[in-house]
Amino acid sequence: MQPGLYHILCISAALFFIGAFGFLTRRNLITMLMGLELMLNSVNLNFIAFDKYVWPGKMDGLFFTLFIIAIAAAEAAVVIAIIINVYRSTHAIDVEQTKQLKH
Amino acid sequence: MNAENIIFYLLAAMTLVSGFMAVTSRLIFRSAIYLLFSLIGVAGLYFWMQYEFIAAVQIVVYVGGITVLIIFSIFLTQQAGEALPAAIFSNKLAAAMAAVFGLALLLLQFRNFPFLESTSVTSPAMKEIGSRMLDVEQTGYALPFELVSVLLLAAMIGCIVIAMRPQHEKENK
Repeated sequence: MQPGLYHILCISAALFFIGAFGFLTRRNLITMLMGLELMLNSVNLNFIAFDKYVWPGKMDGLFFTLFIIAIAAAEAAVVIAIIINVYRSTHAIDVEQTKQLKH
Repeated sequence: MNAENIIFYLLAAMTLVSGFMAVTSRLIFRSAIYLLFSLIGVAGLYFWMQYEFIAAVQIVVYVGGITVLIIFSIFLTQQAGEALPAAIFSNKLAAAMAAVFGLALLLLQFRNFPFLESTSVTSPAMKEIGSRMLDVEQTGYALPFELVSVLLLAAMIGCIVIAMRPQHEKENK
């Protein structure tokens, strides 16, 4: 069977839920960030698949993907700055131990 | 089954298997390397769809940038050789159920929804992407482009401010 839109949608759905599983089970901030990156990638894959197979030549999905990649890069940089700051004040990056903002 | 299909299935398997290993491996450095391979697999899928520009951006930003950033932060914050504590079983069960049922629901929807696939499948040329990106007409993307550039500047300054050591700590040393 020739792979097409349906196959790519299935792959991106599976990648999204793999990322969601990682995000929900991990207790370490860096590994949670990895799950988040997988989810963002699956969304990009979805946009590109619709751009190619449903509205070819309109390029809207392509630009959404480009902007998502740019914003994801900025988000990852900010997250890692926050992680390093959290590590500096608590000497751990476990989400169970970061509760200074709680009270 | 021709070579095109075989390459597609290999890329899909590489993306999904290494993605799964990335979220389940107990060694954090290994998990970062699996994430790297998963992102390369996604870039390969973009190449397979003949979106070369997006594939190149994916490799430059994700594989070259974000993964290296993650590996740096692993080295800065923990002993890379130590295994992470295992996830709590009830959490794992709940997350697995959420993932499996969500995936089943989505796959069912994909099966039933009639996507109107276009017959003429093309991929955009580099020149079109560039002129559309900086177009100020109705369908252009000049405004989001400028907004993203301001956002990147703000994120850069924000990162420096967040990660900077406070002044009084410096004086104590």
